[in-house]
Amino acid sequence: MIPRYQTAIFILLVAASIAMGVTLWQLRERAHQRLLTGQDSAPTQAPEVAQAEPATILVANDADGTLLAQEQSLPLPQESGARAKAVLGKLLDLYAAPDATHPVAGGAGSIAQVFLLPAQSLDGGASGGEATKGKAAGAIVADSHAGPGSGSEAMNPLQMGRQLAVVNLTGAFVASHPSGIETETLTVMSICGTLHANLPRVTQVRFLVDGQQRATLAGHADLTRIYLTADAAPER
Amino acid sequence: MALALAAAAGLAGASGMLELTGWGQAAHAPSGPPTGAAMPSSRFVVVVDAAHGGDDPGGRLNGQSGQGQAEKDFTLALSVRLRSLLAARGIQVITTREADATVDFDKRAELADHANAQACLSLHGSESGFGVHLFVSNMTPVQAARFAPWKTAQAAWVTRSLALAGTLNSALLQSGMSVTLGRTALPAVDSMMCPAVAVEIAPERGPDKKLIADLDDEGYQARVAETLAAALLEWRTEGRQP
Repeated sequence: MIPRYQTAIFILLVAASIAMGVTLWQLRERAHQRLLTGQDSAPTQAPEVAQAEPATILVANDADGTLLAQEQSLPLPQESGARAKAVLGKLLDLYAAPDATHPVAGGAGSIAQVFLLPAQSLDGGASGGEATKGKAAGAIVADSHAGPGSGSEAMNPLQMGRQLAVVNLTGAFVASHPSGIETETLTVMSICGTLHANLPRVTQVRFLVDGQQRATLAGHADLTRIYLTADAAPER
Repeated sequence: MALALAAAAGLAGASGMLELTGWGQAAHAPSGPPTGAAMPSSRFVVVVDAAHGGDDPGGRLNGQSGQGQAEKDFTLALSVRLRSLLAARGIQVITTREADATVDFDKRAELADHANAQACLSLHGSESGFGVHLFVSNMTPVQAARFAPWKTAQAAWVTRSLALAGTLNSALLQSGMSVTLGRTALPAVDSMMCPAVAVEIAPERGPDKKLIADLDDEGYQARVAETLAAALLEWRTEGRQP
């Protein structure tokens, strides 16, 4: 037979346990709310409304296979990568327009990111596959700089301040791009030319698709190569 | 006019070589084989590469009939037609495919390189633009080395490729077709060790952009193939081959 006082103590202890559990749950919820409130009230940087600036967009024309320079006014961020993304976004918006001379679906959202890095050296110092690509690019640059394969004459990209732009395209853009040598080449060249026109230090361009290297844009234009912006001068 | 793509209208003329000055460093006709390249061969071999095939259908070509066809079928049909025309003229032809088979870029270049060919044509079709587009690798010419980097092997042959494109351009213009010349980077062509030109056929349009002949027009295909065959014959007789 359990004494009455022991029963009472047991009931009291159970009640206390339940009460403490509820209290702890409430404290946890309050702490969670405080955390969320703290995050919300953290100081944030007000979005900057960049002033509209003139930008040169090299627009492709399928009819005659040319690039024509168009002057546009658009808000451009100060940071170079964001600036590059903005001008390329404008270019692809023009291509997505109904009356586009080089119709490609997707628009500005097709540029996932643009990274700016020091330009690749032309002295073949890179290793593996990069060495091969570097020589290909070097051969093209040789017109205005050192001769191909002349390691001692190769420019130092860091000293010269030249940049390599890595353009990360979305998979949706590439999947919807029309197939053909001319149309793909025009897209690549207009991107290269537009980058160089607005960021003169960009002399080389590489392409990624969803962050990965891809063989071709839509079955033709080689996306494993480093493209030189010098090849994309506009028609005047 | 440093742009890689240049309208042929501005380059028209009798001299195919001089017309190519708009292609950057393409002003000089070749006077001989690239230094260190394979020795000239007495036989004249042409490699005809029907682009795409098998798992790779290429672009979708609508055509005038509305039926449409895959680019791989168009290029194969044109390849067969061109091969027959060249064979009838006594030219040895090596094709990269004779059926709807998957042939990767490296295999195509490998076939061309082993053939020691005097001309390599990579055939394509496109709904974009009009007329015939001739593309040569955009690499700057370099001295040929004993061992060429695979991905840039064409660099030693670019000058000759530009000369071949000039011959094709002249022939196409003379037959009344619109031609667009350009430089580009194509995976298979860039690894070929021969004068190589990518030939992209687009619908033929008049000055008012009105459609004259679509890609499924048998007559148009025959005209293009015959002109290419005649140009290659001229390329052989001009003695530009190595």
